[in-house]
Amino acid sequence: MDLTYSDAQTAFRNDLQAYLDERLPKRISDKVRLGTRLTKEDFDEWHAILQERNWYAGHWPKEHGGAGWDAVQRHIFEEVTTAAHAPRVVPFGVTMLGPVLLKFGNDAQKAHWLPKILSGENWWCQGYSEPGAGSDLASLKTEAVRDGDHYVVNGQKTWTTLAQYADHIFCLVRTSKEGKKQEGISFLLIDMDDPGIEVRPIVLIDGEAEVNEVWFKDVRVPVENLVGEENKGWTIAKYLLTHERTNIAGVGFASEALSNLKRIAGLEMQNGRPLIEDPLFAAEIARLEIALMAMATTNLRVVSAAADGSAPGAESSMLKVKGTQIRQEINALTRVACGPYAMPFVSEALESGSNVEPVGPDYAMPATATYFNNRKLSIYGGSNEVQRQIIAKTMLEA
Amino acid sequence: MNFDLTEERQMLQDGLRRLLGDVTDLKALSEGEYGWSGKSWAALAEMGVIGALFSEEEGGFGGAGFDLMVVFEEMGRAGAPEPLLEVVLAGSLVSRLGTEEQKAHLEGVIAGETQLAFAHGEPGSRYDLERVAAEARQDGDGWVLSGRKSVVTNGGEADLLVISARVSGEVGDRDGIALFLVPKGTDGLDVRDYPLAGGGRGAELAMEDLHLPADALLGEAGKAFEAIEAVNARATCALAAEALGLMERAKKLTVDYLGQRTQFGRPIGAFQALQFRMADLLIEVEQARSAVINLAGHLEDARADRELHVSATKQLVGQTTKLVVEEAIQLHGGIGMTMEYDLGHFARRLTMTEHRLGDTLYHLGRFSRLRAA
Repeated sequence: MDLTYSDAQTAFRNDLQAYLDERLPKRISDKVRLGTRLTKEDFDEWHAILQERNWYAGHWPKEHGGAGWDAVQRHIFEEVTTAAHAPRVVPFGVTMLGPVLLKFGNDAQKAHWLPKILSGENWWCQGYSEPGAGSDLASLKTEAVRDGDHYVVNGQKTWTTLAQYADHIFCLVRTSKEGKKQEGISFLLIDMDDPGIEVRPIVLIDGEAEVNEVWFKDVRVPVENLVGEENKGWTIAKYLLTHERTNIAGVGFASEALSNLKRIAGLEMQNGRPLIEDPLFAAEIARLEIALMAMATTNLRVVSAAADGSAPGAESSMLKVKGTQIRQEINALTRVACGPYAMPFVSEALESGSNVEPVGPDYAMPATATYFNNRKLSIYGGSNEVQRQIIAKTMLEA
Repeated sequence: MNFDLTEERQMLQDGLRRLLGDVTDLKALSEGEYGWSGKSWAALAEMGVIGALFSEEEGGFGGAGFDLMVVFEEMGRAGAPEPLLEVVLAGSLVSRLGTEEQKAHLEGVIAGETQLAFAHGEPGSRYDLERVAAEARQDGDGWVLSGRKSVVTNGGEADLLVISARVSGEVGDRDGIALFLVPKGTDGLDVRDYPLAGGGRGAELAMEDLHLPADALLGEAGKAFEAIEAVNARATCALAAEALGLMERAKKLTVDYLGQRTQFGRPIGAFQALQFRMADLLIEVEQARSAVINLAGHLEDARADRELHVSATKQLVGQTTKLVVEEAIQLHGGIGMTMEYDLGHFARRLTMTEHRLGDTLYHLGRFSRLRAA
């Protein structure tokens, strides 16, 4: 039992920290710190800075332009970048599609798509959920019918995060209605510029439109864009759900959110004293910090086991449930800390480059928006109910 | 022992529910139009809803805790953003402290012609009623006000504002607070108006050399705290009842959705894991209803007992609103997070009730101090 990083891990951490100190643009980290919405250009700029060191897709093998990180190094990356207020790496290309192509793609697909992910030439989004297929994802209906050298795609995806920035979408589509519903699903890569695709924004309760509906009407997709075998897409979906879920606990985000909460509670005044000196409020912060300390170690236990090659099972579900609970509670207490100034809602003030002054302290409205926005944490990526089902199944069928 | 509504209140409830169902434009609210329409205000006045907030001596026909409860529960159930709570706050102050001339304004209020706002909170006051830093100094026969007021609901639209300021003592003293009646557009009153997350509008007020005549003073200079606290108790009852109505609606939307949404070949309401959570929700909302009844029934008690109930009710209702918002969204899934769907507005408005008149932790601490006193 050793709770500390090895010398090599510490050296990596220091190297990364020094690079961030030097290269992370303050203009961008300020936006992250203040909760201002990031533009596509902000993300692209950050990705390119990381890629100078092959750190944009650090977990990819070196021969494909990654840095060959193990699970512990990925964890260190998340920890250090989050604390520095770096933007999150947009996961759809490097974290989701990349590993799928590496495992299931053919050589031509790897050679064609992987470099375009790294260069930022392609911006991906994920076409999984549909209006009738949420927790019951396998009941998806978007259809791809073979027509010569093409699939013709019809249907609708929803909750597609950042589809407004994306030029490509990877989709689960139905290629067969025979047999079990899981057995007729395929994994298809689609160019969003193709005729017949329409993106419609969905406004969420935080006032932002980061998710979208994506509609497909007779979209013609070349057959070489099929990843893996036809009707075997469910295997890929499951692989993504269990293997590519590092940082699912969000410990770095939670630590950052906790520091922000403490900062705000130190600035807000109650009865002439800083709110953080109120014993009841301080106890609430302490309760969350204690939970997070344990969570961080739970996360490291799973990360460490993964680095040693053990396959994640119910652990990633456990991390997701507990990690999202803690983050959501921190977000709720941060909203509470802002007091009456949590009420003004001048949405334009959150837009990048806006010169609309916020009402009250600059941290208040982002706290409200983040509280509402992060209700998604326990809904997306397999709702926490689905995760509990997976955990229960593992326990009861063992 | 009788927990039934009187016939008059039952009629008010039925009529108001029908009216608000007709005039509340949830679509507009959900699409980011945060205000209310003058049409709905006139309809409320015509139905006598504003009059129900005042006693007969004040020119109304209600004014008791249970009148507030009936009216505001229906406002909540409809998700209506009309600034009715401002009538409870500012209107009650005028009726308690006003001269005959000042009280004459209430006629216009009850008729729906005069809008009110109560400008009391300040950037550093949070929920503490005695932390008034804005100053009023005597100037000949009149007064000059300076300072800031924050998150004043309806502050930009109100025809008449009740503004608090300190005439003596230190920030945080109960003695030394005075109230002034200030008409909209008075020179020296700068207003920044903005939308609120829960619907309706708020404003930041900056007062610089705001000159007021002698008859702007409401009540005795320096002695306003007692009335402010008593009126705050009434407003807490109203706000808690509104939260209750919002919770009832969120609960209903969720029950309906569980019956309609199908996953894995059956309505998701057929899953026991979700059924139990709905059952817990119902239990907690009924607890919240009892807490609102407790406060409504003790509004006229002596100060110590009344204030104990204020904190007990706001604490329990605040705790329940958080549970209801979070569970309602979670049980809906993604659709519960969109502004296209009705729940979005109710979730926001409900959450924002915790940010007025004291949050859950504030009142937990206050209750234990009042109990120990």
